[in-house]
Amino acid sequence: MRALRKPTYLSRLISCSGASTIRRSSTATPVIKPLTSVLIANRGEIALRVGRTASEYGIRTTTLYTDPDARSQHALSSPYAINLGDPTAYLDGDRIIEVAKREGCEGIHPGYGFLSENPTFARKCTEAGLNFIGPPWQAIEAMGSKSQSKDIMTAAGVPCIPGYHGSNQDPQYLKSQAESIGYPVLLKAVKGGGGKGMRIAKTPDEFLDQLASAKSEARNSFGDDVMLVEKYIIKPRHIEVQVFADKHGNCVALGERDCSIQRRHQKILEESPAPHLKEEVRQDLWGKARAAALAVNYEGAGTVEFIFDNDTGEFFFMEMNTRLQVEHPVTEMVTGEDLVRWQLIVAEGGKLPLTQEEIERRISERGAAIEARIYAENPDMNFIPDSGPLLHLRTPTPTSTVRIDAGFVAGDEVSSHYDPMIAKLIVRAETRQAALQKLRAALEEYEIAGPITNIEFLKKVCVSPAFVAGDVETGYIEKYRDELFMREEIKPELMAQAAIGLLLQESKKVKSDPLYSSSGAIVGFGAGYQQREFHLIEIPADGKGDSTTTAVRVRQTAPQAFDVEVNGEEFINVTSNLDASNRITSFYPHTRLSTTLIQDEDRLMLFQQGKQYRLQLTMPKWAEKALGIKDVTNSVLAPMPCKVLRVEVKEGDEVKKDQPLVVIESMKMETVIRSPHDGVIAKIVHGKGDLCKAGTALVEFAEEMSS
Amino acid sequence: MALAIPSREVLALFRHSARLTARCRPLCIRPRQCIRGVATHTHTHHASAISILPTAVDTSSPEFKENKQQMNELMARMTELHAKIAQGGPQKARDKHIARGKMLPRDRVTALIDPGTSFLELSQLAGYEVYPGEEVPAGGIITGIGTVEGVTCMIVANDSTVKGGTYYPITVKKHLRAQAIAQENRLPCIYLVDSGGANLPHQADVFPDRDHFGRIFFNQARMSSMGIPQISVVMGPCTAGGAYVPSMSDESIIVAEQGHIFLAGPPLVKAATGEIVSAEDLGGGKLHSEISGVTDYLAVDDAHALVLARRSISNLNWIRGQAPPSNSSYTSYKEPLYDPADLAGIVGTNLRRQIPAHEVIARIVDGSVFSEFKPSYGQTLVTGFASIQGHRVGIIANNGILFSESSLKGAHFIQLCAKRQIPLVFLQNISGFMVGADAEKGGIAKNGAKLVTAVSCAEVPKFTIVFGSSAGAGNYGMCGRAYSPRFLWAWPNARTSVMGPEQLSSVMEAVGKSADPALKARIERESEATFGSARLWDDGVIPPEHTRAVLGMGLRAAIGGQAEEKDTHWGVFRM
Repeated sequence: MRALRKPTYLSRLISCSGASTIRRSSTATPVIKPLTSVLIANRGEIALRVGRTASEYGIRTTTLYTDPDARSQHALSSPYAINLGDPTAYLDGDRIIEVAKREGCEGIHPGYGFLSENPTFARKCTEAGLNFIGPPWQAIEAMGSKSQSKDIMTAAGVPCIPGYHGSNQDPQYLKSQAESIGYPVLLKAVKGGGGKGMRIAKTPDEFLDQLASAKSEARNSFGDDVMLVEKYIIKPRHIEVQVFADKHGNCVALGERDCSIQRRHQKILEESPAPHLKEEVRQDLWGKARAAALAVNYEGAGTVEFIFDNDTGEFFFMEMNTRLQVEHPVTEMVTGEDLVRWQLIVAEGGKLPLTQEEIERRISERGAAIEARIYAENPDMNFIPDSGPLLHLRTPTPTSTVRIDAGFVAGDEVSSHYDPMIAKLIVRAETRQAALQKLRAALEEYEIAGPITNIEFLKKVCVSPAFVAGDVETGYIEKYRDELFMREEIKPELMAQAAIGLLLQESKKVKSDPLYSSSGAIVGFGAGYQQREFHLIEIPADGKGDSTTTAVRVRQTAPQAFDVEVNGEEFINVTSNLDASNRITSFYPHTRLSTTLIQDEDRLMLFQQGKQYRLQLTMPKWAEKALGIKDVTNSVLAPMPCKVLRVEVKEGDEVKKDQPLVVIESMKMETVIRSPHDGVIAKIVHGKGDLCKAGTALVEFAEEMSS
Repeated sequence: MALAIPSREVLALFRHSARLTARCRPLCIRPRQCIRGVATHTHTHHASAISILPTAVDTSSPEFKENKQQMNELMARMTELHAKIAQGGPQKARDKHIARGKMLPRDRVTALIDPGTSFLELSQLAGYEVYPGEEVPAGGIITGIGTVEGVTCMIVANDSTVKGGTYYPITVKKHLRAQAIAQENRLPCIYLVDSGGANLPHQADVFPDRDHFGRIFFNQARMSSMGIPQISVVMGPCTAGGAYVPSMSDESIIVAEQGHIFLAGPPLVKAATGEIVSAEDLGGGKLHSEISGVTDYLAVDDAHALVLARRSISNLNWIRGQAPPSNSSYTSYKEPLYDPADLAGIVGTNLRRQIPAHEVIARIVDGSVFSEFKPSYGQTLVTGFASIQGHRVGIIANNGILFSESSLKGAHFIQLCAKRQIPLVFLQNISGFMVGADAEKGGIAKNGAKLVTAVSCAEVPKFTIVFGSSAGAGNYGMCGRAYSPRFLWAWPNARTSVMGPEQLSSVMEAVGKSADPALKARIERESEATFGSARLWDDGVIPPEHTRAVLGMGLRAAIGGQAEEKDTHWGVFRM
């Protein structure tokens, strides 16, 4: 198949629908003007990613940073780094254009997020004479509007999800619409949210009942019962196609990506090719994606997202992302191409480096690739974002088939101001199964201590049988919740390693002073003095249920020898050594174990045999009295660093279990903190606007709880 | 060219070969042929070989095996005895102690010292079979040297599970000995007080004399005046005289509702004045920390109190302005070349067998490196320089009876060490000075006296290990207890008596007294290591293979402390 030529009628369509004043002739050959300097209007890994390719081709890069980002890796990556100050300044388009002009940059690469899909910004760049490395602003604008993009797609022959979004709310009329859409259908309140005012009608028989019920719920919840009807897909998958177009009218599809494994409607695992996709469907997808791009006179990198019905094999256009996406490395892996390079070529006015046939040949030779997004978040607490310094960071060794795109190094801080993504881990192998196995192995080598991460969760998905079988859908995590969130027993050896590690790390301080160093060995007759008891708590990751405390007794018998007792199980003469990277290597009578122990105040993070464990030290018995530390069972704590948006209760209020108490904001997400039980509010510890650290009390309950 | 690979025998010849001196002629200004000498360069590897002790021990010989077996039996008995003593008082008393939420005294010590450091306990056998019908394990008090916040400290802990922690005469002696060690070595003292005071039935032997109970407080005041910190943690009763331990400390900590300090307890107060008052109101932690000011910190429990004590030590500002020698020999010393565990088979328990001193030294000193002084003269006394865990020492070891030559050599060597400020280690296995007409003619009395004078007067830290017998004036010449070594330890096979039981019996017969048939057996028993250690003739019985570690800790305690103070002549007044 040859790359499609842009039909002129589509250009006309654009010029009619959009308010374009700048007409480009698709037949005239644009002048190739090499870029010599680029401003990267982004942060984190994508800024580094863009900078890497730009530097490779000798293009000078200027980076931007804000106050909290001053020492972040992207800011340090270029000698030309401009401070924008305020944390929100990455969104200040005018300022960024001004900086670009002042610094003599010829182009602006917007990365993803922030200003990347802002048509006004793109237009202003163009108007300021800067090369916006992305599609023309008209294309961004056209795809930015849901209704407009659907109209354009329908006109271009790209299937959209059938539905009725009109104002005629007559039940019979809606039913007739449902009839034409085809059952099952989804009834949704236009103003709805959170599942309220939403019903599924599987057959015509139940349509009216479901409609009435949805309407009444919507009326009660939002005071508005205007409904829309859409086709309901029982087992949807998210499949997207990477497209690229140049100024010469060429447009190619660089394969598809399946991004069905999502949480909070955000992708965490992306792969290419999409599993179990028939070749003709795949070709159809690619074709439709190219048609979609051409329909808006697209240039540069874009992604056309489809919702794929796993039961029928149908797919429908959802939206087009007019930027380079987070998961673009997956496509780079299966095509062997550098997409940022392609972006630069297109921006310079060059031709696409490969034809569709060449791309397809590449894809057929290069197997499967999968990307895991590593986030600072707690999967067990509904993937709530976390932040804080990366106390320990160990990554797998990058190779030609294992790639890490990260914005952080050890010691950096994951700021609560921005997206909590720490890194992307991308692997490629001959087959999907081999790639998964490789991903799991790479994840096992990935150690992060500090913020809680989703690495353990990703490992579980990697071995989840249905996922391994390629049986993916967007509701996967919900569907296999029990399997994915199963709690695992901690073995006594891990507890022993933790206790030995604590002892060795404390001894290190003493040993650094040679005059006073003693070996810790038994001196003289007797069993020695060194039996110490450590109390380690295993706190349920989801914060629910009881935490279990394990007492570990360690007796040092020689500089590196210990007798350990955990829950009645004894390990005699364990020889252990602590190295400079906090790794404890121990020879037990039955096995050898290497464990990395990272301490963060009273929290312990351990890495052993490819798994991470989190433990906590108990507070000494005397601490409560001596330090006046209150038992926190009567308080509701902030689950993460946050800002209090609203307090929903007053002191003295009687509250019921699950009643909203406080609404907090963190990582740009609102979270409602609900009452853990019935009770009376004794004290509002933090009011509206207060910034709180994770673990600080927000609300205190009165001592006597009403049962 | 065939280079000869020097054998050890050849290398040994270096010892006596003349030093090759290289004389430098005036340098020729112009490069011109001139006849000049040249220095024979000796590689450091070869140079150091002259000091490495060889071994002739054959671990497969029947003698070695027999020695080892006998020693191991003795060691097993010792280990068992020490393990029993380490349990403290009777089970019932321990259970009661724990039920009160208190930590056992040895656990308190563990919680007090730095993790990963060793505790050198002293005289565990104190009080063993001393009081007929009464068991006083460890003399009811634990003393020893431990590291707290990096500071080497003397720790004194009462064991209230042993007779309520009351002071028997041996308890007093052990407490005073610990203080003496602390004073001599300038070690901060930490007292973990949990004692009912003087043991009343034994009051005559604990109360009034110079080295009785009162001396404890005298020592505290004197040490405080010398700038040796005194810290006490009151974890139980502190009655009468005992009340002065915390009261005379620089800082004291008390555990609430557990520690009590009063000159007279509630029963005595009632008897004396009719006043009825609870122990808590009379001398509880709250009272003393909030009202009387007798104590400075109030702790919730034992663990908290020990954390406070550690904090107090961290604020002593003890290691002042002296940077630890980071790349010195302290960190990079070598272990001995030969296994110290072989010592059992080398020495055995039969003291009639000669113990080869070089083999013992080779298993104690760093890298088995020993620069022997006067190796060919007076060979029954081995003298020389070595290092133990990085500390340079002068070693004086018996290798037979002391003759005039050996005594003179010993005196000479002690003088060397004293001039050079090198600590002395005496390895004692001596049945005495040579007797007989020839010896007397040779002036053994005056030559022996020279050795005793040198030992007495040398102002360097001295350490004594009894690894065999310790008899007669040999005990004196080899720095016995009376010669105030900083520490004196005995091996399990050690025997201390004025002379052997047979000789003693025959002397008695010779002077015309009919020998008591039980005398020989009694002398036999009294010369055993356990007997002497029970009476604090030494600072403990140690396993031979731990000698190096024990000496290392002793050396650290002796020379690793703080330099002498200049100012401040007052003690700390309790305000």
